[in-house]
Order: sequence, then structure tokens, then C-alpha cells
Amino acid sequence: MTAREPMAMPSGLALCRHCGLLSKLILTNETTYCPRCGHKLAFRRKNAIQRTWALIIAAAICYIPANILPVMTSITLVGAEEDTIIDGVILLYLTGSWHLALIVLIASVIIPMAKLFALAYLLITVQRRSIKSNRERVQLYRLVEFIGRWSMLDVFVISFVVALVQIKPLMAAEPRAGVVFFAAVVVLTIFAAQSFDPRLIWDSADSMENRNE
Amino acid sequence: MPENPVACPDCDLLQHVPLPPPRGKALCCRCGKVLATNKPGANERTLSLAIGAAIVFVIANAFPLMGLSAAGREVDTTIIGGAWAMWQEGHQMTAALVGLCAVVAPAGHIGITIVVLIVARRHRPAPFWVGELLHWAELAREWAMTEVMMLGILVALLKIADLATVVIGVGIFATGALIALITAIAINFDPEEIWTQVQWSSGGTPVFVNSSQTIDYQEAAK
Repeated sequence: MTAREPMAMPSGLALCRHCGLLSKLILTNETTYCPRCGHKLAFRRKNAIQRTWALIIAAAICYIPANILPVMTSITLVGAEEDTIIDGVILLYLTGSWHLALIVLIASVIIPMAKLFALAYLLITVQRRSIKSNRERVQLYRLVEFIGRWSMLDVFVISFVVALVQIKPLMAAEPRAGVVFFAAVVVLTIFAAQSFDPRLIWDSADSMENRNE
Repeated sequence: MPENPVACPDCDLLQHVPLPPPRGKALCCRCGKVLATNKPGANERTLSLAIGAAIVFVIANAFPLMGLSAAGREVDTTIIGGAWAMWQEGHQMTAALVGLCAVVAPAGHIGITIVVLIVARRHRPAPFWVGELLHWAELAREWAMTEVMMLGILVALLKIADLATVVIGVGIFATGALIALITAIAINFDPEEIWTQVQWSSGGTPVFVNSSQTIDYQEAAK
């Protein structure tokens, strides 16, 4: 970084989270509201680090039962079979559509885990006041935000399989407890990504520069 | 329009952003976030796209997506049928989430966008509740997962194809068209243009607060 880069917070300017208006924010005991849209103004998202950690830990806990517990039972004349998420992927692979198996594997298993690791990495580097590869870290955050919704894939797959395979007593499909935990992982990681504030990545660089001056 | 400084929402850098050329965009010089766009006639286009999307949305939800026939019996499902099946099996939480992402959020996104665009066209300055609606449209857009649902339907189809004969319904084609329209809305919609027309909640008409102070700061920083 060459010259001192002016940031909004040190100059007392806050960007409204809802309407994007930049206005002067003087910290007092009273809450300040955005003059345009009337929402609360803050320099940074409230308790971003604590909230994101809490949501990540909750999601990581739910991730275990989501993968161990069965998500669906298929009942045929031969008998009932309980499938976990991984079983579903293997079944798709064995029936010959390896590309779909790969898509489901990425969306259901790899993306949730990658999101947890990526957000934990961002939080740890922010808390250690790292000033390295800021731009890459912001890009990582944008990727996490963009990709998160695709984890919902398996929840949709299960609900449509359950809705269709209802030819009792010939065949039937029922959701199992695992799907609740899986949906919880998806929602918690989406909330976690929303509660993190990418501007924190740049705050430590700014304070470093001020120290050097 | 006075050239006010803009703060990047992703890295908080204050910078001057000149109006980009038509169909151009301005990126944050530090982190690459899109800070300004110039899309001539964007919201006119968005309104027609949104009305089209509303019609296609009704078709996609009214007709069955796909059916299954085995041993002389037929079952079919619509979009909401997925959530309904989950609900009946006792998974109300998951059913609510599926219903939200598949039906409620897309409907809210399309519906609110149409209301916002029509009101902003007719009233200048637009009443302040248009701003509140814009916020809700953004929230609905985040949770609308039509494209994820479509892939989910295709995977479900392939899973079932081994068990029984699958019949493709009208709904699935309408859903495909809906995804194209929603993507076109996302590309064209320019909420910033509407924000500049909205009446301020503090009571004033659109003016820039503290513009002199912020410009002073910018000059001091240089």
C-alpha cells in the first residue's frame, strides 16, 4: 500500500447497510438512524466476529448428525432401506451418472465444510490482525457468500423424491431426522456468512499504517 | 449531481466514483467490488421482465413439474408439493424452509420488485416506504433459490427414473424459463436509481447530508 488510504470509519462516515447512503455518524449513547431509510447506522456489522463464530460452531455441530444420520428411507416390496447423504451420492455413482454424483457430493458435503473452514480462516486472520493477501481474502468471502445457497440442493432432492415416490404399498420414500440437521447446517452457514463483515479484513491494515506514522 | 465520495461496502475505502459510461461499471480500486453502474433504461426493462416473470411464475406453480407412473398408478407433484410432502411426513421445519426458498421468496422478490418499479415510475419523489420494500425485495432475492431447486428436481428425476416411468410436466419448462427471467432481472435491476428518488425518512427531499464535510475530508486526504 503506497499512500495512506482514506477509509470511511476513521473519518466518521458510516455506510447504511440497507440503502448504501454514506452519512456522518457521531457516536453517542443514542442510536443514530440513517436519514434516508431510517435503519440503524453502524460503522461495522454488530458483534460480527462473535456472531459468526457462534453460528459456525453451531453449524459444525449440526454437520456431524447431518452426515451420520439417514436423510431418507426408501420402502419397496423387498424391504426398507435407509440412506445417508453419502449413500445417496454412491447410489447416483453406481447407477451410472457420475457427473450428478459429483455435483451432489460437492453441493452437499464439500461446500458446507469448505464454507466452515473458509469463514473460520477469515475470522482467525482478522483476529490476528493479519494484513496479508487482503484482496484474496475478500474474494474468498464473496465466493462463500455466492456459493452457500447451492448446499440446499439435497434438501430439494429429498423433498421432491418424497413427494413423488408415493405409490404405496409398492414403493414409498420418507424423510428422516438427518434432513433436519442438514437444513440447519445450510441455514446456519448462510447466516454466518451474512453476519461476517469483510471490512474487518482491511481495518487492521489501516491501524497498522496509523501506527507507523 | 455533486461528486460525493463513495465508501466501498466490502473494504470501507473512500473514493470518488465518476459516472461510468453507458453499460459500464466502476470497480473499487482496492478490492474490486462493483461500486457504480450505468445501465440506461435498466428499470424500464426490469419492469417488463418482472411482469413476464410473474406470469411464468404462476404457470410454473400451477402445473405439475413431473409425474411418476408405476403399476397403472400415477402420482405427480407441483413445486409446493415438495414442501407439502415434507410437512405431511412430520418435518415442518424443513417443509417451511423448502416452501420459503422455492415459492415464498421468489414470489416476494418478483412481486415486490414490480410494486417498487411501478410506484417509483408514477411518483417522484417516491414515498419512503418504497425504500422499505426495496430492502424486503433484496432479502427475498437472497432466499429465492429457484435455480438450486431446478437442479434438485433434475437429480430427483434421475434418482427415480430407475424405479418407474417418469413423465415430464409443463411446470418444469416454465421453471426453466423462470430461471432465465430471474437472472435477467438480477442483471438489469438498478436499485441505486430508485434510492436516489426515494423520499427521506428524516422528512427531507433527496439531498446529500454533510456533503461539504465529506468533500472537505477528501480534499484534505489528497
